[in-house]
Amino acid sequence: MRVLRSRSALLVGLVGCSAVLFLCLLASVRFGAARIGTWDVILAFVDYGGSEDDLIIRTLRVPRALIAALVGAALAVAGAIIQGLTRNPLSDPGILGIEAGAALAVVGSVFLLGASSLTTYALFAFVGAALAAVVVYGLGTLGGGMNPMKLVVAGAALAALLSSLTTAVLIFNQRTLEEIRFWLAGSVAGRDLGLLLQVLPYVSVGLLLAFALSRQITALTLGEDVATGLGQRTAWVKFFSVVAVVLLAGSAVAIAGPIGFVGLVVPHVARFFVGVDYRWILPYSALLGAVLLVSADIAARVVLRPQELPVGIMTALVGAPFFIYLARKRIKG
Amino acid sequence: MRGRAVVRPWGGRVSVRLDPRSVVVFVLLGLAAFAGVVANVGVGEYPIAPLDVIRALFGIESGDGNYGFIVNVLRLPRALVAVLVGAALAVSGAVLQGLTRNDLAAPDIVGVNAGAGLAAVTLIVAFPSVSAVFLPPAAFGGALVVAVLLYLLAWRGSSSPTRLVLIGVGLSAVATALTTFMITFGDIYQVSQALVWLTGSVYGRSWERVLTLLPWLAVFMPLALLRFRHLNALGLGDEVATGLGARVELERGLLVLASVALAASAVATAGTIGFVGLMAPHIARKLVGPAHGGLLPVSAMTGGATVVLADLVGRTLFAPVEIPCGIVTAVVGAPFFLYLLYRTRKT
Repeated sequence: MRVLRSRSALLVGLVGCSAVLFLCLLASVRFGAARIGTWDVILAFVDYGGSEDDLIIRTLRVPRALIAALVGAALAVAGAIIQGLTRNPLSDPGILGIEAGAALAVVGSVFLLGASSLTTYALFAFVGAALAAVVVYGLGTLGGGMNPMKLVVAGAALAALLSSLTTAVLIFNQRTLEEIRFWLAGSVAGRDLGLLLQVLPYVSVGLLLAFALSRQITALTLGEDVATGLGQRTAWVKFFSVVAVVLLAGSAVAIAGPIGFVGLVVPHVARFFVGVDYRWILPYSALLGAVLLVSADIAARVVLRPQELPVGIMTALVGAPFFIYLARKRIKG
Repeated sequence: MRGRAVVRPWGGRVSVRLDPRSVVVFVLLGLAAFAGVVANVGVGEYPIAPLDVIRALFGIESGDGNYGFIVNVLRLPRALVAVLVGAALAVSGAVLQGLTRNDLAAPDIVGVNAGAGLAAVTLIVAFPSVSAVFLPPAAFGGALVVAVLLYLLAWRGSSSPTRLVLIGVGLSAVATALTTFMITFGDIYQVSQALVWLTGSVYGRSWERVLTLLPWLAVFMPLALLRFRHLNALGLGDEVATGLGARVELERGLLVLASVALAASAVATAGTIGFVGLMAPHIARKLVGPAHGGLLPVSAMTGGATVVLADLVGRTLFAPVEIPCGIVTAVVGAPFFLYLLYRTRKT
């Protein structure tokens, strides 16, 4: 079922998604551990009085909603690119071990170098993500390359290896564990707006790069030969696509920890609506990814109020069954 | 059959055909495991020379009167747990690989261990005061649920090895997410314990834990080892196995049960030590070939030696900080797994 075909219909859909995202952001600001009435929420914006509620809204909930949206968009676009590059519906930065690589690099930098600022986190996250991406890419191409489904399994093994190394680092240092365990489960809680501004440039570059390459990625999904036949220098396209993935996934991990399955699920939903053209898949993925993570974060807060869950658990509980469904559907025994 | 010795004890009512090569390999691996135990017991705050360890193990008095206590009460259970857990995981993996005719299947890869871990962590967090005796049955329950799901979702009516593993990866992800969910509620002390436990560690295991594990091994290890003929038959395909007179569904059910129970009791005792169930059968197959009569015991010994050596490495590499043996096995095993995947990359 491809509902939206004409250009205008796709544009309207995009506006619709933006509207939904806006509503989700509002809901994210409205609902939380402290019960604050809708009217007080509005007042916090238009008439800032400095009361406790106003503070909660402005310094906790608004940044949190925006960060969830940004991280969701980054992960979803990264996932869409990876699925296109590997022509593999089951991959995303989490499954292929790229997020685990970023997480290991961040934890290692905290432990070895005493890194504490998000800027250093982000740099190390990029390095870790890039190294993991190179390994996966090597497994997928060297010696004729691995069958795509095997590549997914290889990514899972790589992720297992990297996360046990992360655990090893944490065992050395209990204090690091205390600071980092919520982060490691994937969470957007307690980040302030400054952090958002710090990673915003990287995410923006990543998104722009992705959108700029969308036409070439569409050609690549038809096969390497087709892309070359269309006059593409595929090596460069792939290189810059991987750079975009590393920037997007690395920033997401630096700010929110490894959050799985957003990059897996969202591109499928986007493709369901818009078909195979990456010029539409990418913006839809960005918006829907933001919607997904913001709503998952709301759910993580209200399901067991006042206890809060890391949002990564919510996405895994939704995403992993979807992964199983895809594996069953795509591989006929 | 060239080169096989046939043993007929009890007046020929039972006959066992022994492959000399398997026997030799088994004995050598046994010696390696024993050496691992001795070395493991000797290392620590209070180092003990290997000869003194052996003396103490056999109850022979030596120069220091404390040796007997340190070796037999404090340190031996840990080393024994390592060997037993390794053997259980390895046999569990060998049986699963044989049944699914899939090189990549192992309880740690397809999520059975994760299911056992989830059940055990849930029990620990929900009832912190519960006795360790209840951990194996709980872990067994969790592992069984995953195994049944795996069977329903992937195995039944499907012959694609990759699909089985992929769905196992998905099930692992669900179980791991739920485990993290449980951990988030625990207090920090419990959590760091749980983290160590989840990566697989034999730290501080006492005789009590050995005794909790033993009955499970005593029941399910023979169940797996003695059914090697059925496992061989099932490996030829359901039709052939039926033709050879095996009751396919019953035998398969029993073997799955044994495999799951062995993995679960290992996880309940020492946490999720990864990749042993995958690696050990492969090493054993290289050593003695694919027939399960020799493969299963040799796998068990390989697994036991692997975990006890991994624990030794983990304890000595960054002493005084201890690395859980599960991390050591993951660092060795994950590249091995990647190599296996890469070698069969086209299929």
